[in-house]
Amino acid sequence: MTIQDCLKERILVIDGAMGTMIQKHKPTEATFRGERFKDWHIDVKNNSDLMNLTQPEMIQGIHELYLEAGADIIETNTFAATRIPQADYEMGNLAYEMNVEGAKIARRAADKYTAKDPSKPRFVAGAIGPLNKTLSLSPDVNNPGFRSVTFDEVVEAYYEQVKGLVEGGVDLLLIETIFDTLNAKAAIFAIKKYFSDTGKTQLPVMISGTITDASGRTLSGQTLEAFYTSVMHARPISVGLNCALGAKEMRPHIEELSQMASCFVSAYPNAGLPNAMGEYDEAPEDTGHYLEEWAKEGWVNIVGGCCGTTPDHIKHIADHVKNIRPRQLPVLEEEVVA
Amino acid sequence: MEQMASLKPYLRLSGLEPLTLRPETNFVNVGERTNVTGSKKFARLIKENKYEEALSVARQQVENGAQVLDVNMDDALLDGVQAMTTFLNLVQSEPDIARIPIMIDSSKFEIIEAGLKCVQGKCIVNSISLKEGEEKFIQQAITCQMYGAAVIVMAFDEQGQADTKDRKVQICYRAYKILTEQVGYDPQDIIFDPNIFAIATGLEEHNNYGVDFIEATREIKDLMPLTKVSGGVSNLSFSFRGNDHVREAMHSVFLFYAIKAGMDMGIVNAGQLVVYDEIEPQLRQLCEDVILNRNNENNEATEKLISFAETVKGKGKEEKKDDTWRKTSVEERLKHALVNGITDYIDADTEEARLKYPRPLEVIEGPLMDGMNVVGDLFGSGKMFLPQVVKSARVMKKSVAWLTPFIEEEKKNNPLAGNGNVPKVLLATVKGDVHDIGKNIVGVVLGCNGYEIIDLGVMVPADKILDTAERENADIIGLSGLITPSLDEMVHVAHEMKRRGMKQPLLIGGATTSRMHTAVKIAPQYENGVLHILDASRSVTAVSTLLGKEKDNLLKKTANEYGELRNQFLNKNKKELIAYNDAVITKEYFDWKNYKPTKPAILGNKVFQDFDLATIAKYIDWGPFFIGWEMPGRFPDVLSDKIFGQEATKLYNDAQKLVEKIISEKWFTAKGVIGFWPAVTNNADTVTLQTDKGEVKLEMLRQQLKKAVGQPSFSLADFIKPAELGDDYIGAFSVTIHGAKKYVEKFAAEHDEYNKIMVQILADRFVEAFAECLHEKTRKEYWGYAANETLSNEQLIKEEYKGIRPAPGYPACPDHTEKIKLFELLDATNNIGIELTESLAMNPPASVCGWYIAHPQSHYFGLGKINRDQLEDYAKRKGMSKEEAEKWLRPVLE
Repeated sequence: MTIQDCLKERILVIDGAMGTMIQKHKPTEATFRGERFKDWHIDVKNNSDLMNLTQPEMIQGIHELYLEAGADIIETNTFAATRIPQADYEMGNLAYEMNVEGAKIARRAADKYTAKDPSKPRFVAGAIGPLNKTLSLSPDVNNPGFRSVTFDEVVEAYYEQVKGLVEGGVDLLLIETIFDTLNAKAAIFAIKKYFSDTGKTQLPVMISGTITDASGRTLSGQTLEAFYTSVMHARPISVGLNCALGAKEMRPHIEELSQMASCFVSAYPNAGLPNAMGEYDEAPEDTGHYLEEWAKEGWVNIVGGCCGTTPDHIKHIADHVKNIRPRQLPVLEEEVVA
Repeated sequence: MEQMASLKPYLRLSGLEPLTLRPETNFVNVGERTNVTGSKKFARLIKENKYEEALSVARQQVENGAQVLDVNMDDALLDGVQAMTTFLNLVQSEPDIARIPIMIDSSKFEIIEAGLKCVQGKCIVNSISLKEGEEKFIQQAITCQMYGAAVIVMAFDEQGQADTKDRKVQICYRAYKILTEQVGYDPQDIIFDPNIFAIATGLEEHNNYGVDFIEATREIKDLMPLTKVSGGVSNLSFSFRGNDHVREAMHSVFLFYAIKAGMDMGIVNAGQLVVYDEIEPQLRQLCEDVILNRNNENNEATEKLISFAETVKGKGKEEKKDDTWRKTSVEERLKHALVNGITDYIDADTEEARLKYPRPLEVIEGPLMDGMNVVGDLFGSGKMFLPQVVKSARVMKKSVAWLTPFIEEEKKNNPLAGNGNVPKVLLATVKGDVHDIGKNIVGVVLGCNGYEIIDLGVMVPADKILDTAERENADIIGLSGLITPSLDEMVHVAHEMKRRGMKQPLLIGGATTSRMHTAVKIAPQYENGVLHILDASRSVTAVSTLLGKEKDNLLKKTANEYGELRNQFLNKNKKELIAYNDAVITKEYFDWKNYKPTKPAILGNKVFQDFDLATIAKYIDWGPFFIGWEMPGRFPDVLSDKIFGQEATKLYNDAQKLVEKIISEKWFTAKGVIGFWPAVTNNADTVTLQTDKGEVKLEMLRQQLKKAVGQPSFSLADFIKPAELGDDYIGAFSVTIHGAKKYVEKFAAEHDEYNKIMVQILADRFVEAFAECLHEKTRKEYWGYAANETLSNEQLIKEEYKGIRPAPGYPACPDHTEKIKLFELLDATNNIGIELTESLAMNPPASVCGWYIAHPQSHYFGLGKINRDQLEDYAKRKGMSKEEAEKWLRPVLE
């Protein structure tokens, strides 16, 4: 059964936070380094993507907790597994390998659960994060025309990531936490180029943007509709929002998106906004309750969690949306005049 | 069933904001002045590298109503790729311009591609054509598609540019077929430019060009209704160069007819379009004749227009712009410039302010900071967004740059005004964090204000930050971080600053930081000043105050505020709680009328003195066994784990052997007692049991945490039927493993720690397994409410059974004192030899007890925090003093 088939039938659940779960293991510098990088010349703490190479069991364990909780789609642990952010750890050359391994780990976990219950197939989404450098904003306020990275460099980095993810066996590609649409456009470009170069059938692409501030725009200043318009050439299987906001704050934006999207709609908010201590403390039942309401409104096809969400949140979300009819795709008219 | 939504195939474009061409959109103005081939002024600015001024040309177009901005850098003397890249990157940082979509205009495809690499919105490519054959056309179209752009297709093929109506239509249709059938372009993303050529040139063969365009447009829109038609309108009047009055009239008249025929957009000088009805009738009539090629035998109409043109030559029009703000006070003007990011007048305004204020520095501290604070407020409330704030910082920078020489001068003349040393601010993103956008902005904003910035970059360890601060004699240290673990690192840095006896104030900023966290966690670590900075715009005020004479006041004020915040945090409810009475009202409701409770097969107690250990062993959950040994990973995967697998397998094998020994040599004795009684609730939190010794009342606790609307406040009492609705039952159990102590002591005496821990852990596993086993027997047999249940051990571990067995002292019912009642009901101490210690722990330690609840929708939950009102009610119900209740419930009490 393909993901398209599943999406027509029911609301699919995507997993929750990877970082939050890694932090629960209280990893130390040594945990990140593992045996292989024990003598690495600089600190690698919090390089979560490195764990695909040094702590694959821990990562697989986390995937399995989410699968156990009912996730239909799990995201590979490759959010920052690209040459550009990895350069901060001087691990740019490991980016490709991190993606291949990240994909394989998630693949193993998903296949194990699909085998347990073939009527509920599990899918692996290759996570493609936003990078730490932006193509639309200058890091130097004195020189607004300056860019710390070029479009071609970003395409190259994403191309390598896509290659790794596809070779590692993902089912779909997920460009997520988009706060600069031009970075996302470079990722879309890389995906199209990779599949055109290799002649492979293109995998479905999910796109998920991030509304960052109270103005209701992306960090690079686009409104939701402008963002949507700018990425639709990816012909995504779904478009949606994640991160930065809790469900409560994300609600109006998801409603807006569900009115305009010609494809499926996804939403995976944070577990509320961070409290004063920087912790996400929205109770799993509350998150589940919010998303259930969206599902009942007929706004969503894929739901899950971002920062601060745990398997418990995902379980609640899965339980809450289980029997609700998914959002129906709008009819695409062929004429302009009504 | 809801009505099926539908979406129309409109052309959708975007800058920072969307632009959708709907039928009612009428006509889209594409601003043409940012074109080096069409605007001499713009060409000169670009060639002289005056990009900032060139931007004001773009801004003017937007202000005058352009809905799309055409950008063209085709000039033999320009590096077109570089010019396009530089200009578009600059446009992206001007939100008032970047608001609208960009049309990237070039005859060189590499310049078009360079432009596409700079723009986040959905652009229009202007243009591609069949000029160099199908292969190249397809290739370029595919590239445009990969960047997600709409394309303008010029009516141009291998034979040349189409001039007649028929050729225009025929080429456009051919291109349409290729784009939609071979490339897969959406028809609505295709825009045709059927070529507007100059008319009234004196050559008769040019006279019908206007009509050809208009009629071709009509046919194209009939044939391919989803596509759009565009054109460069200025070409039309090329022969009237220098006579804007006539040109504008011609454009208006032409558009009047072309739009009626279906033209959707045009490249025009936005702001220089006269309204059709406003054109003087004589000129309008002449234009109509020329454009529609009427009364034009032997160029008659053309001649008439030319002679008319002679009479109006040189009549220019003035640019109009909303500049009422220029008439306000200098303070207001500076504020306006900061908020709107306008640099055009900033030097003059700054100079005016400098002359007005006694000292140049006061301009910064006064009107400029006031303006930046407005920016901060607008950003905080969502009325500005980041790119706009960055622009404001740039205006600030220009203004400060103007003032700097005067400040320096003043210092020279008055040695008391400053010692010549620029204050230093050290900035760093803390260890473990690689986010630095916010920190960079703070650096720039402070740099603009004349501070020396030492930026240590990202992932900076505390030692490096503090060593550098000491070595460089930094006046202020600023820490930034975005991810949650950075908060702890900041606490660490503050702690280290205290240890080193440092004196400089510490600023805290970044997305996850907060005033509250700073007050509660960081400030107490370091007494020489810790300040949370909400955003970059606030950093300047904070730093300038900390370096001035108001420093002590600010620190004292902040310390007081933070002290108050700490009190709030510690004393006030961390989470909102609802009143206990309200919580009872929002209890969980079940369909009791249709629920028929199963009467337990036995009522009263049943004791097991020596339960079969081999049976129990089958119920062991090995997951917690490995957790007990602090092995990461899940059972059974942990056995094949790359790192721990070998060790885990050995442990598991040893445990299996020991289990066999325990069973065969009867090291342990498993004892248990269960009991069942009729029970009902009072619709609140009291459960009343009927025993042969009379009534026993169990008291439950209820969640008080404020939840989303419609979410019940859970209590175990809700799972038992209210008295007025009939009978229900409750059960209890208590199980224990005797005998482990002897072996634990034996191994300890032999210094065999391994086996000692093994026995302890296995005793725990046995007693848990025993509880699981008895629960199953209870469901199927002793109570029998799920007589037909068939669940695997794995399903049991996952608690897939119906009903629950919550234990007093655990999350759903955290009060340990209810254990006393449970023990009395089961007579557990006499029956199976478990003692309750003073703190209500059970001895032997391998013991478990709890309630049995049968309702199929009963579930586990965590109580969370409760409030005093419930505590008081609970104490009253239990006949306990408030102090006593408080002692037992302290961990859950807010």
